[in-house]
Amino acid sequence: MSMNNQGRPSGSGEAFPASIATISGDRGLDHEEGLIFELGHGATGVDLPDVQISESRLGGARRSGAIGLPGLSEPEVIRHYVRLSRKNYAIDSGLYPLGSCTMKHNPRLNEKMARLPGFGDLHPLAPQSTTQGALEAISQLMNWLTTLTGMPAVAMSPKAGAHGELCGLLAIRTAIQARGEDRKRILVPESAHGTNPATAAFAGFTVDEVPALSNGRVDAEALKAKLGPDVAAIMLTNPNTCGLFEGEIVDIAKAVHEAGAYFYCDGANFNAIAGKVRPGDLGIDAMHINLHKTFSTPHGGGGPGAGPVVLSDRLAAYAPIPLLVADKNGFRLIEDAADAPKGAKPFGRMCAFHGQMGMFTRALTYMLSHGRDGVRQASEDAVLSANYILASLKDVMSAPFGDGPCMHEALFDDSFLDGTGVTTLDFAKAMIDEGYHPMTMYFPLVVHGAMLIEPTESESKHSLDRFIHVLRTLATEAREKKTERFAGAPHLAPRRRLDETAAARKPVLRWKPDPLKAAAE
Amino acid sequence: MRYLPLTPDDRRAMLAKIGAADVDALFRDVPKSAVVPVSVFDLPDTQGELAVDRAMSKLAAKNVAASAAPFFCGAGAYKHHVPSAVDHLIQRSEFLTSYTPYQPEIAQGTLQYLFEFQTQVALLTGMEVANASLYDGSTATAEAVLMAQRITKRGKAILSGGLHPHYAETVETVAGLFGPVERTPVTPGSAEDIITLIDDQTACVVVQSPDVFGLIRNLRPIAEAAHAKGALLIAVVTEIVSLGLLEPPGAQGADIVAAEGQSIGNGLNFGGPYVGLFATREKFLRQMPGRLCGETVDAEGRRGFVLTLSTREQHIRREKATSNICTNSGLCTLAFTIHLSLLGEDGLTRLARLNHAKACALADRLAALPGVELVTNAFFNELTVKLPKPAGPIVDALAAKGVIAGVPASRLMKGQDKLLILAATETNTDEDFDALVAALKEAI
Repeated sequence: MSMNNQGRPSGSGEAFPASIATISGDRGLDHEEGLIFELGHGATGVDLPDVQISESRLGGARRSGAIGLPGLSEPEVIRHYVRLSRKNYAIDSGLYPLGSCTMKHNPRLNEKMARLPGFGDLHPLAPQSTTQGALEAISQLMNWLTTLTGMPAVAMSPKAGAHGELCGLLAIRTAIQARGEDRKRILVPESAHGTNPATAAFAGFTVDEVPALSNGRVDAEALKAKLGPDVAAIMLTNPNTCGLFEGEIVDIAKAVHEAGAYFYCDGANFNAIAGKVRPGDLGIDAMHINLHKTFSTPHGGGGPGAGPVVLSDRLAAYAPIPLLVADKNGFRLIEDAADAPKGAKPFGRMCAFHGQMGMFTRALTYMLSHGRDGVRQASEDAVLSANYILASLKDVMSAPFGDGPCMHEALFDDSFLDGTGVTTLDFAKAMIDEGYHPMTMYFPLVVHGAMLIEPTESESKHSLDRFIHVLRTLATEAREKKTERFAGAPHLAPRRRLDETAAARKPVLRWKPDPLKAAAE
Repeated sequence: MRYLPLTPDDRRAMLAKIGAADVDALFRDVPKSAVVPVSVFDLPDTQGELAVDRAMSKLAAKNVAASAAPFFCGAGAYKHHVPSAVDHLIQRSEFLTSYTPYQPEIAQGTLQYLFEFQTQVALLTGMEVANASLYDGSTATAEAVLMAQRITKRGKAILSGGLHPHYAETVETVAGLFGPVERTPVTPGSAEDIITLIDDQTACVVVQSPDVFGLIRNLRPIAEAAHAKGALLIAVVTEIVSLGLLEPPGAQGADIVAAEGQSIGNGLNFGGPYVGLFATREKFLRQMPGRLCGETVDAEGRRGFVLTLSTREQHIRREKATSNICTNSGLCTLAFTIHLSLLGEDGLTRLARLNHAKACALADRLAALPGVELVTNAFFNELTVKLPKPAGPIVDALAAKGVIAGVPASRLMKGQDKLLILAATETNTDEDFDALVAALKEAI
């Protein structure tokens, strides 16, 4: 007789083989769940009056056909989404070591504050006399961002990191035009996030790739050699996507400025240095800050984010509208470029209204909770935890830059899997069976079969030790060619590996009623 | 600090394992001069939850929430009742604290609701395919123009004067890099002649319906004229609830629909985050920006969902991507799809009729006021009136009396000072109308 983990006998039953089909198709807590369209049966989840209207004020535009939406009651809708939710991995349920994504704890106070009626139920175009507290909150957040980065100005409206990149490059473009110059080339290291070259093209520039050195840093000499009168800017991530600090950054910035170009820094990894290093001291002209990474507004399954951009004196004048100003009468938004104060030459507008207020309140709550000392401690703990993982794994996994310390994330390549038949993908998928979300795979592109692990500051030492034990064991088994865990993993997740090729070859992007069933009805 | 699990003992033990004397040794690649002491930052130190709650609540209390006053603002953001179940569900840890579903085996929850969302958006707009959302309606409109420029290989975009000015400025900022963006004159309460401007250089015509003044536009003749010249029609919808009552853009010949989804499931949030809806015809699928979720099967043949057609996207295609967008509006998308599931066919059509009935009542009450002229005669839940005096100061005066009367057109554009744009939704009561009318009567 075996014992369960509470010390009570767990009975004499045989293990229930995974291969036995259940009657329902569900397995314990794992329910199969149909599409909402398959569940609808003409019920309703709201009680609204059935008001009849005349056509006279609709301009003859009344809908002629039904929409086709399913009808369900509230309990059915709740059960549907609760069942779906249980098929997701989440930070709240486990370590989420996605490199470059910064899956840190999302404090619930932030959620509560963003939902205060004075913030959550506030209209963007309500009279400004009735929105002074919101404008003051934005002003406080701007002060935190400019102080932490050591930069003089910040544009708040970009809605995500890539949108912030676009904002920064459009400011650079406008500054170059204002100088009467025409510079079209942007230098981007090959280790950059895909958004960097995509944004450069989106903003009408051409992209010139700069190679990396064997130590994982950008080749500063190659970069300098590429500078010239047609170079508008460089886009550099620091700490970079290998999790390393670009030590020559001050020297690079100087060369860039001497060549008449601007220095855009991808601030995706600001969480490694916040409260300790000010990007403004490094010669940066523009940097977006992913509030959803460094300042922990939740990732929400892929968004929404927020990407304010700090700007140097050389670019501040070109910040997009709206602009926030303060005078003796309080705070005021300037929403029309024609009303901009003297010296301001906004390049345009990034979006309707004033940016991601719901993210601003969460980020400000995070900052007030941490304080300057807590922000610094969080950066140090994130770097410490990544180095602890690097030091604990580098003898069994291969760390291409493991000779020195890393910043907030530890990078491994797949050379430790050479000859085992196990790939980076297999290794990562085997982690799913062990109860972990995989690390970032195959990025950055500068190392082969990359595995990028970012533990963040949110894990206890016990949690890190357990994670290290699992990865060490997996690496050791792979190297001993005990590959049964890896082939076809995951085995224990709600789904086995999905056929992505089939999905792309013949895309099915929406549900459609079954034509046979529809005909029968 | 309550969010940081490592204790001083843990940190010492970890440094020992690493073989570093102190944490600064881990920052050795940073130029020494760039590492500053914490005292350099003129910012407060750690505070407990109670203190932060108080500080934030104090700021929030300085604002007048939409639900705290008779309230009539619209112009691209609308006050609607969101059922309690929506906010409860989107705060479930598994939705709130997960990442983009790049590991589909453990992200079927997110992927399935995105697939359902795409279906709902396609049905609502009358289009064939929809993506998994963009940032908001304005950026979706800019992306639509860029997509039309790619498809037609032409530069020129013609924007209706009835397009929300913030949307027009967003389009000009981004798409203006790749071709001329022309705006037709503003014609409050009537449709401008946009058809004669379409030529064989035109990539697209962008028309919002209901427009920024609330006027319902007939898109069919514009679509026909655009297609005759090889141009596309981009239809913009800022009040998505309207499609519960009005003929969808897809049935009127639109090639791309860019819409703001805030009205369903999402709060006002002072302008963001919102949810950009983006739908088009199947033949343009591969020119679409943003994330797409598709159906497939797993290794055991069970239905499952994955992100797909990512060869359009920045993380694969880099500078050749269709857009630089990397996030979607994840959680806002979830709120939208849950609210729409609760509404269903019957609920959404009832909600839309109720909104229109409220706006009709508002129009009648305002038109009865001496000196007030109804500018918009065909509308959904939003309309514009002309006041005898500039609307901006009147709105401010009414705000001081606790009535949020709407958005003065002067907040959005020059030269329309006497126009006031008002929205009425299911949240407005007869008492709200009484308070508005009484206050307006006094102010004019």
